[in-house]
Amino acid sequence: MSAVAEFLLSRRGGKFWHWTDIVTWIWLVGGLVLMFGPALWLALSSFKTPAALAAFPPSLLPYVTQQAVVEGYEKPLPLFTVTMDDGGTKTLAEVRRIGTVAQMVDPAVPAEIIKVPISQRKPLETIEFAISNYTEPFIHFDFLRYLWNSVFVTTMATLITLIVNSMAAFALSKYRFRGQSTIMMLILATLMVPLGVIMVPLYSIVSALGLTNNLWGVILPTVATPTGVFLLRQYMLTIPDELIDAARMDKASEWQIYWRIVLPLAAPALAVLGIFSVMWRWNDFLWPLIVLSRKELYTLQVGLNIYSGELNMQWHFILAMTVVTMIPVVLVFIFLQRFITTGIAGTGLK
Amino acid sequence: MTKAKKMLLATLTVGLLSTTAALAGDVRIMWYSDGVEGEVLQDLINRFMKDNPDIKVTIDNVSYSNIREQLPVQLEAGGGPDIVRVTDLKVQSKHWLDLTPYVKDPKYWQDNYGEQADWMRPDGSSQISGFMTQITLTGGFANKTLFDQAGVPLPDAKASWDDWAAAAKKVAESQQVPYPLALDRSGHRITAPNISFGANYVAADGMPAPLDQGAKDFIAKFVGWNSDGIANKDVWVSAAGTTYRAAAEDFINAQLVYYYSGSWQIPNFATKIGDAFDWVATGSPCGPAACSGMPGGAGLVAVKYTKNPEDVGKVMDYLASEPVAKEFAERTLFLPANKAVIAGGLDFKSDNPQVKAALNAFVAASSTTSPVALKMPGWKWSDAYYSAMVGRVSQAVAGELSLDEAYQRIDQDVADKVKQAK
Amino acid sequence: MAAQDSSPRPAPSPGLTGAFFAPVRLLMSLIDAPLRAWQKAAGLTGMAGFFLLPNMAIFTIFVLLPLVINFVYSMSGGTAIFLAERTFVGAEQYERLLTCASYLDPGTCAEDRFWIAVRNTGLFLLVQVPLLIAVALVTALVLNRDLKARSFWRAVFFFPVLLSPVVVGLIWRWILQRQGLLNLLLYETAGADPHSWLSDRFWAFAAAVGVSIWAHVGFYALILLAGLQAIPKDIYEAAEMDGTRPTRVFWRITLPLLMPNLLVVLVLALIRAVQVFDEVYVLTGGGPGTSTMYLIQYIFETGFASQLRNPGLAAAASILMGIVLVVLTLIQIAASRASERRGQR
Repeated sequence: MSAVAEFLLSRRGGKFWHWTDIVTWIWLVGGLVLMFGPALWLALSSFKTPAALAAFPPSLLPYVTQQAVVEGYEKPLPLFTVTMDDGGTKTLAEVRRIGTVAQMVDPAVPAEIIKVPISQRKPLETIEFAISNYTEPFIHFDFLRYLWNSVFVTTMATLITLIVNSMAAFALSKYRFRGQSTIMMLILATLMVPLGVIMVPLYSIVSALGLTNNLWGVILPTVATPTGVFLLRQYMLTIPDELIDAARMDKASEWQIYWRIVLPLAAPALAVLGIFSVMWRWNDFLWPLIVLSRKELYTLQVGLNIYSGELNMQWHFILAMTVVTMIPVVLVFIFLQRFITTGIAGTGLK
Repeated sequence: MTKAKKMLLATLTVGLLSTTAALAGDVRIMWYSDGVEGEVLQDLINRFMKDNPDIKVTIDNVSYSNIREQLPVQLEAGGGPDIVRVTDLKVQSKHWLDLTPYVKDPKYWQDNYGEQADWMRPDGSSQISGFMTQITLTGGFANKTLFDQAGVPLPDAKASWDDWAAAAKKVAESQQVPYPLALDRSGHRITAPNISFGANYVAADGMPAPLDQGAKDFIAKFVGWNSDGIANKDVWVSAAGTTYRAAAEDFINAQLVYYYSGSWQIPNFATKIGDAFDWVATGSPCGPAACSGMPGGAGLVAVKYTKNPEDVGKVMDYLASEPVAKEFAERTLFLPANKAVIAGGLDFKSDNPQVKAALNAFVAASSTTSPVALKMPGWKWSDAYYSAMVGRVSQAVAGELSLDEAYQRIDQDVADKVKQAK
Repeated sequence: MAAQDSSPRPAPSPGLTGAFFAPVRLLMSLIDAPLRAWQKAAGLTGMAGFFLLPNMAIFTIFVLLPLVINFVYSMSGGTAIFLAERTFVGAEQYERLLTCASYLDPGTCAEDRFWIAVRNTGLFLLVQVPLLIAVALVTALVLNRDLKARSFWRAVFFFPVLLSPVVVGLIWRWILQRQGLLNLLLYETAGADPHSWLSDRFWAFAAAVGVSIWAHVGFYALILLAGLQAIPKDIYEAAEMDGTRPTRVFWRITLPLLMPNLLVVLVLALIRAVQVFDEVYVLTGGGPGTSTMYLIQYIFETGFASQLRNPGLAAAASILMGIVLVVLTLIQIAASRASERRGQR
């Protein structure tokens, strides 16, 4: 609590609140609400029943109508609060509704049917989390398989990205050879080509290589990221050449120089690229969707997509599974946030 | 050879090896679901596999957009699954396998599924490509409780679109409901009233005709309804491309008095509306020319590039057989295509009386379907027409195009498509 | 050195990391011997080739080759995917894209949707980029203050950067739609009638801009923050001694010294804005009408999604867009070179 109080009361210095203190305060608290609030709302919504998801006005928390077992009726009946003619209210169970009139019974007196205009009744609601939004997909939906595929794609792609990008970056930053600037220009020029633009030709290549319906068809096209090469090269340029020359004097091979000197020194940049690569590959959606059409190969993001039908979206499942796929992101966020933020600031990622 | 080359080669080899080669007895079905039909199919297939242990059927559940956007590219590249459930049956018919040599009794197929066979084969061919998993018919749904509360009588089966619009408007005003009427954002849906107003997209030579007066009449009326607040504008303006948008949520929420959609909404309404209000299926309102709905549906077809046509034939035979088709329809609440199943009568698995009434209403409404509408699913260019219609009418509804510009753009889009296909 | 390293001496990094790296280290030293031979045979240039090869091979197959094919696509027609099945049409696709009666009115163009997309993207650029930079700058300034738990606050603004665009679009759609949180809040606080925010031209555009800022501002704020922290403290101290007002300090000291980072942020934001697609597509689908349909959506729908699929036209559009992107990228290179030079001075 004292930390909060200290935060609330900390000022620019001096006795009075400077206007910048107020702006800071508003910005931070507003940022906290704006940045986390929407994700929280999604998480809350994922616990609602399909009917509650469609309801207007929506409720903040997942509500369902209470039900009661009434003698003489097979199924549990929904409970309503009814305003009676005399102005009092009563809790009644609804048997059926015909047009604008509901036939209701008092659970205490199950034999007697009471007719109530529907405008005078209000459902008796209680908070209940629709856990089935989560459990059902886990039964029908081969969640562990998809999780494994996602993990496989993410780790393999990240490892290969780190190795091949760092090797190329090493060559581009520490050697002088013909065609170097051409390669650099090529990489820079493609730095900003979005996938959407080359998707059709890329598919024809992947399909000619027989890599459709194959996790490598998802992994390989993404690993030679121009961004990664560029970032690592910029960072390796700051490693003094004297270190490398000294190592050569000691008869170290070029491979050893790369592996034992340059890589450890480039660790901060590698960490940033690694984290970004994990995020990119974990979140990849469009490309895996095109390449993978067999369910044993689906990644989580693709698997999530099956609840979008032609005519109906099964929103309750979509929201629940979205929350599940967000969990690793949130975990990364919690455990590595310090690393990510200082890393990016440190390398001046461009 | 350098290490790097070796590494690359090794990576590629591993990649190629892990490609699951199609084993004999392996059949893949690509399937999308609107509701429970995926689970029902899985059930049925499990039973099939118990009886045919040598055939391994795998169902790949995908989203509908995957079928619409990624499948065509896979097919173009000579890939794709062995069997697939699709709605774009005609345009892609060159990719379907002729099952005639692989099914036990081609005559059974012709007798029971022959009526829709043209929907899924190239023009002029007599091949058996597959069968319709469900037949759909577009039609309206009215919130009867709102009508009752407003004291407005439900328009009868002969009522026109104008009658329905006027009645729905009266109800909406009296009951403080935001939207009197809505139509799904779909070229297929809007074609139903277009035909009732006398439209015919097909020219004498079988090619697309320019937009005729009938279609223009209804489009003008519909755009007018959107700007007057009679129709729910949100549905049509909410996307730019050919994206499908439904107004079902508003109807379920009793925010909408009259909703023109189709028979496939029945299971959806049964679970989501429950007991909240009474709803009825009304068939299709009339125009000057007809009171037509649009037939349609999804078909299950075999793909030409399969490695196991024999096994595919067995799976298709099983799924198309009478008891299986009957059980599928009864459990999914879909209208079946199989003639013998229809003749035998169905016992839909629902304890909701509104569901049966609605299904019956659609069966009854099918008798007023115009011959023009019946031709559309088997016409090669209907998709081109629908997609041009959706995009341009949306722009007109959003106020970006005048009606005349929209008409002109529809004609031009269709002409471009025809030119492109040559 | 090599012999020494491969001996199983306990690694300096303890526990798990050591156990994980031991086999890797072994593998690396095993590779070393053949590589030494190669180095002897091919020299340093040969080694450069070796280091470049894996990346460039993958890059050529999966990035360069598609780009080349894309160019060939743009000169051909039909719906086929394999080049052999496509017919050569020359510049016809470009002609179709560029034919307009008046370039000020997309409605007069043969391919009106392309020009609508160009206009929308331009408008988006003009509004989103300055706003994004302003928000990122304020955030960076706030984060640069003497805060308790600064790394926590830094992370708060960075959180959305980690989410996938699909999730970002979904989250905001769930807030802005009719049955969404925003309408609920307005209803609870002001009793306002529900409004369909995403069906309203103005609000849909505002949402597209706002959501893309929400999703990316943390990234840019961090780059600016790094720049702010590189400014020597003594400059500020001197200014404070002189009694300079904080606003003046900002305009006279902070902003000029931050210029190199601001330039990087500007160019990056511009390039990203030209490419805006995923989150807005999930959010609005390009609607209402076509008012939030941007270039990538047009290319994607024309090439892949639409029933009017025309890969040639999509390829031509993407090449026109690529030219714009290359120009922007070149500006970035020039800018970063300039700032590097300034940094050296």
